[in-house]
Amino acid sequence: MRKRTPEPARVGAEDTSATGVMDQEMAETAAGSPSQQTRDVKSAQKNRLADVDRETLISIYRQMLLVRRFEEKSAEAYSSGKIGGFCHLYIGQEAVAIGAISAIRKDDYVLTSYREHAHAIAKGMSPESVMAELYGKSTGCSRGKGGSMHMFDKDVNFLGGHAIVGGQIPLATGVAFASKYKGTDQVTLCFFGEAAVNQGAFHESLNMAQLWKLPCIYICENNQYGMGTSLERAMSSQDISQKARAYDIAAEFVDGMDVLAVREATQRAIERARKDYLPTLLEVRTYRFMGHSMSDPGNYRTRAEIERHQERDPIKLFSASLKEEGVLTDSEFQSIEAEVKEQVEQAVRFAEESPLPAPEELFTDVYANPIEPGKH
Amino acid sequence: MAVVTMREALNQALREEMLRDENVFLMGEEVAAYQGAYKVTKGLLEELGGKRVIDTPITELAFAGLGVGAAMVGLRPIVEFMTFNFSILATDQIINSAAKMLYMSGGQFKIPIVFRGPGGSAFQVSSQHSQALESWFAYFPGLKVVMPSTPADAKGLLKSAIRDDDPVIFIEQERMYGNKGEVPDDADFIVPLGVADIKREGTDATIVARSLMVPVALKAAEVLEKEGVSCEVIDPRTIRPLDIGTIVDSVKKTNRVVVAEESHPFCGVAAEISSEIMERAFDYLDAPVKRVSGADVPMPYAKNLEDLAIPNVDQIVAAVRQVAYLD
Ligand SMILES: Cc1ncc(C[n+]2csc(CCOP(=O)(O)OP(=O)(O)O)c2C)c(N)n1
Ligand SMILES: [Mg+2]
Repeated sequence: MRKRTPEPARVGAEDTSATGVMDQEMAETAAGSPSQQTRDVKSAQKNRLADVDRETLISIYRQMLLVRRFEEKSAEAYSSGKIGGFCHLYIGQEAVAIGAISAIRKDDYVLTSYREHAHAIAKGMSPESVMAELYGKSTGCSRGKGGSMHMFDKDVNFLGGHAIVGGQIPLATGVAFASKYKGTDQVTLCFFGEAAVNQGAFHESLNMAQLWKLPCIYICENNQYGMGTSLERAMSSQDISQKARAYDIAAEFVDGMDVLAVREATQRAIERARKDYLPTLLEVRTYRFMGHSMSDPGNYRTRAEIERHQERDPIKLFSASLKEEGVLTDSEFQSIEAEVKEQVEQAVRFAEESPLPAPEELFTDVYANPIEPGKH
Repeated sequence: MAVVTMREALNQALREEMLRDENVFLMGEEVAAYQGAYKVTKGLLEELGGKRVIDTPITELAFAGLGVGAAMVGLRPIVEFMTFNFSILATDQIINSAAKMLYMSGGQFKIPIVFRGPGGSAFQVSSQHSQALESWFAYFPGLKVVMPSTPADAKGLLKSAIRDDDPVIFIEQERMYGNKGEVPDDADFIVPLGVADIKREGTDATIVARSLMVPVALKAAEVLEKEGVSCEVIDPRTIRPLDIGTIVDSVKKTNRVVVAEESHPFCGVAAEISSEIMERAFDYLDAPVKRVSGADVPMPYAKNLEDLAIPNVDQIVAAVRQVAYLD
């Protein structure tokens, strides 16, 4: 069993290299040389493969592929007008949600932002109910009232889908507070983008989480852009994991293109959270391959920049590792691809065929205890 | 029945409900060790312990949101704002999270939470510490808004608010904490949300008043009684959902109505009540509805100016005389 990090918990450089997590310096050196970085990730990933059973590896791969294909399909449906509103795709970032959520239990909690299709599916929601929600159908996970940005499923402890930047951070802190209050060992994963780190909600929450020792794992998905504004143009000090020091919280910098690195870092955080009710901040460096939302043409980034990151596509990296280590054969890859395709098509059929919410639904769910005024 | 202050009545409600349900906890600035900035939470830490009565840092946005998150998974938080002026920092979590969670989750996540604390005008604390915010919160479907005017109502309504499964904004008038009144001893005494109370019966004019304006309206009614005008004073007690039926029934009897409030007039609750009366009882009105509101200015500090900013007995008397065409 891993040695517990002493309190005040902070994962130091020693611990980091021992577990193979890419540290900030490594990431920065590697940043100039993507192929070098790709090799590093692959070899690091191969070392980690040995620690994970085959069934889990396959399930992680299948999920990454499923959400990728699911979102490609969503983009199509959006373009043909079947999905409305805002629609924020997660393509490129899959390793973060899937790596982290693969490390938690069913009864643990997940909260995230509006870019949440992958988190929802990884937490165990059916692609059907997520697609139907995108379509605004009554069979959607939020009965058509939430849409792309507000997926919820109480049955799998997926607590949303929140569309105010940083808004989910205090909420997740409260969910973790409740676990401690009730004396359970459930942990809460709280995902948010790097732009949310500039919100007061982030700082206020981290302060309370460490002050009150709450089992919340804060996962900053640093995709380096908040809409069209790069991190450099928005944050005075861009070392996000360092910000945890201000609150005496344990932190790690993680390569978000390596699904197993994310999984392992989350496992370490879970250990602190379950046993000692301690929070952790993970800064997970990633990149989104698509625009901020479906309506973003993305003029603020060069083609070359995007392509450079696409070389480190988390699904490609993982499938290469699985292949080289002989976890999956070509024909197994093909059959997974075919199964995932069918799953997504089934989700689309389900959404297409489902009924719209009944007009009466407009007025339901406003209050849990509706009151007829004047009635005693 | 014992005679207690509003402060004590609220304290009893908190204590009784926390003893009744261990999922209820109380948090806020200075609520525990300090015994409450206004001593409403006095003795609770000692009796219920630090797990249930929690001092927070000065971090309104996050502790409001923390409460909403805890409510999503089964706890029943009571969040005290030292004063409602500071709830302004937390409005994102109150409005964007608490008020909408049930709806946007398709009915899956109810938010049983009470946000409470003193609000309205206080004593010479100037613009940032003396304001009535009920119309803000009452604007939002998903929130319930309660404003008691007597110790008994304060206790009974707070108990209902804590037992309610929706987010409730519970505004206690800062100037009224020391007001005394009879409060039933019965631990099961509650006052239902959404039910107005006729504080005084009358036949010639209706005065709708809430919170601080209720005792002022009752005094005005006494003055008018001597002039031969019989006033009915109605306290809605719950602003949302509003018991407009009781108000309209009264208007149908008196045919004249004054709505008194200490808040600003523009987009205020009195404007809403006036509009409802116009839609539902226009044919019964013998005069246009008259509002008496606080001055449409930030609250000043100087005592003489502050007095001018808050409606008084004379203004309500004058308004009733106006709708009764006595001038
Ligand atoms: C409080 C608030 N301000 C602005 C917006 C509009 N907005 C939506 S997403 C976004 C960028 C957020 O970037 P980041 O937190 O890095 O997450 P990402 O979109 O990269 O996943 C902005 C400005 C919002 N939803 N909420
Ligand atoms: Mg971002």
